[in-house]
Amino acid sequence: MIQIFGIPIQALMGQILLGLVNGSFYAVLSLGLAVIFGLLNVINFAHGAFFMLGAFFAWMGLHYLGVSYWVMLLVSPLLVGVAGIILERGLLRHLYQLDHLYGLLLTFGVVLLMEGFFRSIYGVSGLPYPVPSALQGGIDLGFMYLPIYRLWVVVVSLALCLGVWLLVEKTQLGALLRAATSNPKLVEAFGINVPLIVTLTFGCGVAMAGFVGVLAAPIMQVSPSMGANLIVVVFAVVVIGGMGSILGSIVTGLGLGVLEGLTKVYWPEAANTVVFMIMVIVLVLRPAGLFGKQA
Amino acid sequence: MNKKFAISLAVFAALCALPFVGAYPVFIMKILCYALFACAFNLLLGYAGLLSFGHAAFLGGAGYATGHALAVWGMSTVQGLVFGVMVAAAMGVVFGALAIRRSGIYFAMITLALAQMAYFFFMQAPFTGGEDGLQAIPRGSILGIDLNNDLALYYFVLMVCALSFAFCSRVVNSPFGYALRAIKENEPRAISLGYDVERFKLIVFVLSAALAGLAGSLKSLVFVSVTLADVVWHMSGLVVLMTLIGGVGTLLGPVIGALIVVVLENKVGEFGQMLASATGWNGFELLGQSVPMVIGLIFIVCVRLFRQGVVGELAHWLRTGKSP
Repeated sequence: MIQIFGIPIQALMGQILLGLVNGSFYAVLSLGLAVIFGLLNVINFAHGAFFMLGAFFAWMGLHYLGVSYWVMLLVSPLLVGVAGIILERGLLRHLYQLDHLYGLLLTFGVVLLMEGFFRSIYGVSGLPYPVPSALQGGIDLGFMYLPIYRLWVVVVSLALCLGVWLLVEKTQLGALLRAATSNPKLVEAFGINVPLIVTLTFGCGVAMAGFVGVLAAPIMQVSPSMGANLIVVVFAVVVIGGMGSILGSIVTGLGLGVLEGLTKVYWPEAANTVVFMIMVIVLVLRPAGLFGKQA
Repeated sequence: MNKKFAISLAVFAALCALPFVGAYPVFIMKILCYALFACAFNLLLGYAGLLSFGHAAFLGGAGYATGHALAVWGMSTVQGLVFGVMVAAAMGVVFGALAIRRSGIYFAMITLALAQMAYFFFMQAPFTGGEDGLQAIPRGSILGIDLNNDLALYYFVLMVCALSFAFCSRVVNSPFGYALRAIKENEPRAISLGYDVERFKLIVFVLSAALAGLAGSLKSLVFVSVTLADVVWHMSGLVVLMTLIGGVGTLLGPVIGALIVVVLENKVGEFGQMLASATGWNGFELLGQSVPMVIGLIFIVCVRLFRQGVVGELAHWLRTGKSP
C-alpha cells in the first residue's frame, strides 16, 4: 500500500476530496458574500442561514411532497431567492444610508430568528437526506474510491462559480453590476434602475447559498445549525482572500477547504481551527488579504 | 455632577436593599454580571466605534481561567479573579493587535473568527471539561467572609460591579475617552492631530477585554460553573443586543439593556402564555418557547426602529420634549 508521510493514500485522497467539497461550499458562499457586499455594503450574516434554508426546503420537498432532488435543486434556490428579496425590500433597504455595521446586526437577528424557528419545529438533531439514486455509488480509481456524489458537488459548485465569474466579467449585465458597485449615483443618473439591481443581486446571492444548501443536504445532516457553523469559517475565508476579486474568492475557498482536509489527516486536533490560524498569519503578513487591495 | 453622584448613590443603596424586599440574589447577580459585560463591550463599540463580535471569548476565557485556578490550583478567590482578568487581558492584547489591522466590517468578522478559534480551543482543551464544562467551582472566602452564602457573595459582586462601573465612567470622561470619541467620529482627523490611533484602539480593546473577563470570572463564582455556552458566538451576539437595546454610547444603556435581556430570557415563556391567552393566538405561546427567536426579533426591531436604545431615546425625549 502506498503511503505519504505515513498516511495510506486512500485516506489521504478521501480527505482531500472531502476538503474540496467543503472548499467549494466556502467558494460559493464567500463569492455570494463578496458580490452582495460590493453592491449593498452589507455583510450578510444570514448567508449561512439561507444555506440552511435551501437544505431544509429540499428536505421538506422530499419529505412532505415527494418532490425529487433534481426539482428541488431548481425550486429551492428560487424560494430562497424570494425570501432574500423580501428581506432586502422589507428591512435591509432602509439601512443603506447608515453605518455598514447595522446591516450586519440586522442580518444577525435574522439568523437567530430563522435558526430558532427551525429548531423549535425540527429540533437540534440532523435530518437525513438520501443521495439521489442517479448519483449513488462510486468509481474505483485503483488508488482510491471516488464517491460520485462528492465529485458531482465539486463539479457543479465550480461550474456555478465559473458561471458567476463569466456573468460579472464578460457580459453587459455584469458590466452594469460592476459600474453600480463602483459608483451607484452615476449609474442611476444614466437612467438605470439601481435599486432593482441591488434587490436582484441580493436575491441571486442568497439563491446561490440556497443552491449549495441543497447540494450539501445529502452530505451534511440537514439541521438548523448547519449554516451557522459554516458562515463563521466563510467569514475567515473572506478576510483571508479579501473581497476584491471573484477568482480570488474561488481560489481561496477551494485552497482552504483542501488545507482543512489535509489537516484532518495530519493534525486532527487542529482541523477545526486551521482556517482561523491561516487568517491570523495573513493578517500579520498581508493585512489587506491575499487578493485585497492594500489600503 | 453632584446630582449625578447623588443619583448613583441612591441606586447603589437601592441595590443594597434589594435582597431584603424579596429579590433573589443569584438572579440580580446574573444581571449585574451581564451589565458589567455589556458596559465593557460598550466601551469599545460606544466610545471607540469598534464592533467586536467575539467578546464571548473574554467572558468565557476568564471564567474558565478563574474556575480552573480555584478548583484545581486551589488559589484564593481574589487570586482567581485577578488571574481570570489577566487571562482575558492577554487574550485582548492578541485579539486586539490582530483585529485593529482592519477596520469596520472586517474588524467584526476577524473578532468573530478569533472567538470561534477560542471556542474550539476550549471545547478540545482537557481542563475545560468539554461539553460538560467546569462544575462545582469553590467560591472560597474573602477577608474571612464565606462567599458560599449567597447574600455575602451578592454584596461582593455588587461592590466589584459598582467599582467597575465607576471605572468605566472615569475612563469615558477622561482625556483618553475624548480621544476615543475623536477617533470614532473622524479617524483621519485624529491621526492628523497627532494621535497614535492604533495605540488608543489597542488600549481600549484590552480594557474592554479585561472588564469582560472580570464579568466572566464573577459569573463563574455566581453559578459555580462555566460551560461552552459562555464562549459560543451566541453570547457575543447577546452582548451586542444588550448594548443596542439599552443605548450604544451611553453609560447607563448597557446596564438597562442587560436588565431587559436577562428578565426577558427568564420570563419569555410566561410573556408568551400571557399574550397567547390575551389575544387568543397560539403563535405567541410558541414564540415564548423559543428564546433565540424572540432575541432575533428584538434584534431586528432594534436595528430597524430603535437604534438609540432605551436610554438614548429617553435622553433625546428629555432634551427636546418630544419623541424623535
